[in-house]
Amino acid sequence: MTTPLIRPKRKNPVLRTRQMNLPPSGRGRVALGLTAAAAEGRFELQACADCGAVQYPPREACCKCLSVRLRWREQPGEGTLLSTTTLHHSNDLFFRERLPWRLGLVHLDAGPTLMVHLHGEVGDEPGPVRVGARLDRAGQAVLIGYPKNGGAHMADDTMLREMTSDPKFRKVLVTDGKTEVGQAIVRALVKAGADIVWVGHAEPWKKLGGLEDISALPQVTLVPLDLTNGRSVTELAGEIGGKVDIVINNAEVHRTFGIGARRGTDAAKAEMDINYFGLLRLAQEFGPALKGRSADGATGATAWVNLLSIYALANFPPHGTFSASKAAAHSLAQCLRAEMRPAGIRVVNVFPGPIDDEWNQHVPPPKLASGTLANAIVKALRDGIEDVYPGDVAQEWLERWRDNPKVLERELAAGGT
Amino acid sequence: MARHRQSYEGVAVAVPVTVPYVRYSTRTAHWFIGQAVSGLLQASGLKKADIDGLSLSSFSLAPDTAVGVTQHLGLSPRWLDHVPTGGASGVMCLRRAARAVQAGDADIVACVGADTNHVDSFRQTLGSFSNFARDASYPYGSGGPNSIFAFITSNYMRTYGATREDFGRIAVDQRTNALGNPHAMFKKPLSLDEYMSARPISDPIHLFDCVMPCAGAEAFLVMSEERARGLGLGHAVVRGAIERHNAFADDPVMFRGGWLVDRDDLYAQASTSPDQLDFVQTYDDYPVIAMMQFEDLGFCAKGEGPAFVRAHTMTSGGTFPNNTSGGQLSAGQAGAAGGFLGMVEAIRQLTGQAGARSVPDAQLGLVAGFGMVTYDRCLCTGAVILGRPA
Repeated sequence: MTTPLIRPKRKNPVLRTRQMNLPPSGRGRVALGLTAAAAEGRFELQACADCGAVQYPPREACCKCLSVRLRWREQPGEGTLLSTTTLHHSNDLFFRERLPWRLGLVHLDAGPTLMVHLHGEVGDEPGPVRVGARLDRAGQAVLIGYPKNGGAHMADDTMLREMTSDPKFRKVLVTDGKTEVGQAIVRALVKAGADIVWVGHAEPWKKLGGLEDISALPQVTLVPLDLTNGRSVTELAGEIGGKVDIVINNAEVHRTFGIGARRGTDAAKAEMDINYFGLLRLAQEFGPALKGRSADGATGATAWVNLLSIYALANFPPHGTFSASKAAAHSLAQCLRAEMRPAGIRVVNVFPGPIDDEWNQHVPPPKLASGTLANAIVKALRDGIEDVYPGDVAQEWLERWRDNPKVLERELAAGGT
Repeated sequence: MARHRQSYEGVAVAVPVTVPYVRYSTRTAHWFIGQAVSGLLQASGLKKADIDGLSLSSFSLAPDTAVGVTQHLGLSPRWLDHVPTGGASGVMCLRRAARAVQAGDADIVACVGADTNHVDSFRQTLGSFSNFARDASYPYGSGGPNSIFAFITSNYMRTYGATREDFGRIAVDQRTNALGNPHAMFKKPLSLDEYMSARPISDPIHLFDCVMPCAGAEAFLVMSEERARGLGLGHAVVRGAIERHNAFADDPVMFRGGWLVDRDDLYAQASTSPDQLDFVQTYDDYPVIAMMQFEDLGFCAKGEGPAFVRAHTMTSGGTFPNNTSGGQLSAGQAGAAGGFLGMVEAIRQLTGQAGARSVPDAQLGLVAGFGMVTYDRCLCTGAVILGRPA
C-alpha cells in the first residue's frame, strides 16, 4: 500500500528553494510517437501492419519482417515482471536527487521487453504487472509499471507524483470564478484536495450567480483579476505568484459572430484581449514564478492549464472570430509549453467541444456540462496528460481533423458541425 | 553441406602492449593510440612504415575514426578497420586482422583498443551510447549498464540460486591476480567480507561488481608465424575464433550469450575441449557475465555456474585460472581497451611475459569478448583460442 501523502509543513523561508534538474529528455524522432500518445493519456507501441509484431524500443523497420509499415497501436499493457532493481547511484542529477529509485524489467504479453519505472505497490518479481505510459518532468514519455490492482492512495506514490500534477495539497489559481465552468473547476479542485484555490473575478461590482456559493468554501479565496488589465495581473502576481502551484486559465470571451454578421472589430478585439492577450499577460507575470518553484518539494509548482476550444483546430464559421482567438491562444500556448518545459512545468491544453452555456445556445446537443469539463481538467492533472479533448463533439472533431483537415474545413464551411 | 571454413593456421599474435591506465586524463584518445603504436614499435623493433594494417577500437575518438588516426600518427596502411564492438573488439580485431594477413592484404597489422576518460566522459557516453539507450534506458534512472546488469544478475540469482558470495569469489580471486599485475589500478587485496559489505549501487549490484572507468590502451600485432619467427618475436598462434551478434533475441531477459551458439564450432576448429584449456580470460564487466561464460563456453552446464565457482579457485595458480591480469574488475576498464585486456594478457601468458601471475606451463588459453549494451543486453559475443606455437 502507498503511504498517503501528508500535508507538507510550512516551508522554512530561510532555506534555498531547490531548482529543477530535468530527467534526460533526448529522444529520436521515431521514439516521440510514444510521447505523442502519452500526451493524450494512451500507451501505444509500434505494431507491424504486415506481420503484426509489436516492438520496443521504437524502430524504423519491423524487427521480425523488416516491413516499414509500422503503426502506433494502443496496448493493454499486461505483462510479467521479470526483474527489479533499486538504484542507489545515478549519473543524472534528476535521479541523483531522488534516490533510491526502483526500476523493473517487464516482459509484455504482446512480446517485447520493457524497462520501466516501478510503482511502489508492485511486488517482487516474478509477478503480474500493468504497464502504462506517462509524460515525465521533461515532458517526454516514460513507461511505468503499475500494480494490477492499485490501492486507494496509489496516486501518492513518490515516483508517480514526479510524473503527474495532482492538485492534492497544491495551491491553485483559477482565473475566472464568475462562469459556471469556473465554479465547477473550483469545486472539482476542492474535492481533489487542493490546499488553496484563489479565484479571480473581474469587475467585482457586477454580481453574477454562484460566486457566493464557492467563496463560502474554506479553501477558496476570491482575488481581483482582470486579464485585460496588465496592472491587475501584475498586482496579483506580486501578491500570490510565489505561492501558486497550478494556474488554470479559464477566462474567456465568447461571441457568436463570423465576419459579415457584425461590422467593426470591437467584439473580435474583446475576444482577443482576453483569450489571447489575457493569456500572454498572465504568462508573462505568473510563468517565471511557477518556473522558479518547480522542484519545491512534493507540492511544488507543477502545471498550467489553458481552456481553449476544439474550434482552435479548425474555424467554426458561425463562431468565426471566437475560433480565431482560440487558434491564436493555442499557438501561444505551444510557445508557453516550450518555455515552461526547461523547468518541468506541464502546460495542459484543454480543447472542449461546445459547452452547455449561454453562448452556445444555438448549438445542438450533445453539449459539454461544466462539471464534466471540470472533472476532465482534474483528471488530466492527476494523470499527467498534456492535451485533453473532453466530450463527444471534441472527440469527433479531433478524429475528423486528424483524418483530413481540409475535408473538415469544407464540411464546416457547408454548415456541418 | 556447409562450405569448409578456412583455419587460422599460420597466423601469429605477438607483442602485447599496455599503455598504463589512469583514472582520468586530459589527453584525447589519439594520445593513447599513439602511445600504443609507439609501444608496439619499441617492443618489436619494427619501423612505423612496416605497419601496413591497422585495426582500431575506441569510443572516445569521435568525430574521428581510424581514418583520422592514420593522418594524426602519420601511418599509411594498405588495410584499415574500425571495429565498434567495444568489449568484443579484441576478439573481433584479431579475427579480421588474421584473415587480412592470411589473404596477403596486410603483412603486419597493429590491433589497438584505446580510450581516454575525462572527468565527465562517462556520464556523457551513457546518454548517447545508442539510439535505444537514449530512447529506452537512459531516461530510466540513468544508471547506465549498472541497472541493466542488475536486472540480469537478479534474474540469474533467482533462476539458478546464485548468491552474492558466488559472484564475490570471482571478484576476490581476480583481485588476487591483479596484485601480480603492475598495470592494475587496484593494488590492495579484496576480502570476501569487504566485497559483501560494499555499498549498493543498483541492487543486487554492489561497488565491487562494477568496473572502474579509466583511460588507457592495450595493443598487439598480428602477422604470419613466419614473419614473427623472422623477427624473433615470441608469439601465440590462433587455434580457433568465433563471433555472434544479437543472439537469442527472443529471450525476454538475458541468461545466456551468443557463445552458446558457436562454441562447438570453436572447439572443433581448435580440435580441443574445455577441459584441455590452461586458462580463460572471460569478459568481466560484471561477475554474472563471467559466470555465464563459464556455462556458455562449456566449462559447466547452464545453471551450474554457482557450484562451479564454489568448486574452483580462479587465481593464476588455481584450479581454474580466470582473468589472470585481474580483469577489468581489478585492472580497470579503459573503454574499448577493456575488450583487449584479456587478449593482451593471454599473449603474455603464452609467451612467458606474465611474471608473477604466470599460469604454470600454460599451453592453451581462451579469450572471450562481450560488447555493446544498446538496450537491455549485450549484443556482441566472441571468443578465440590461442596456443603456444608447435
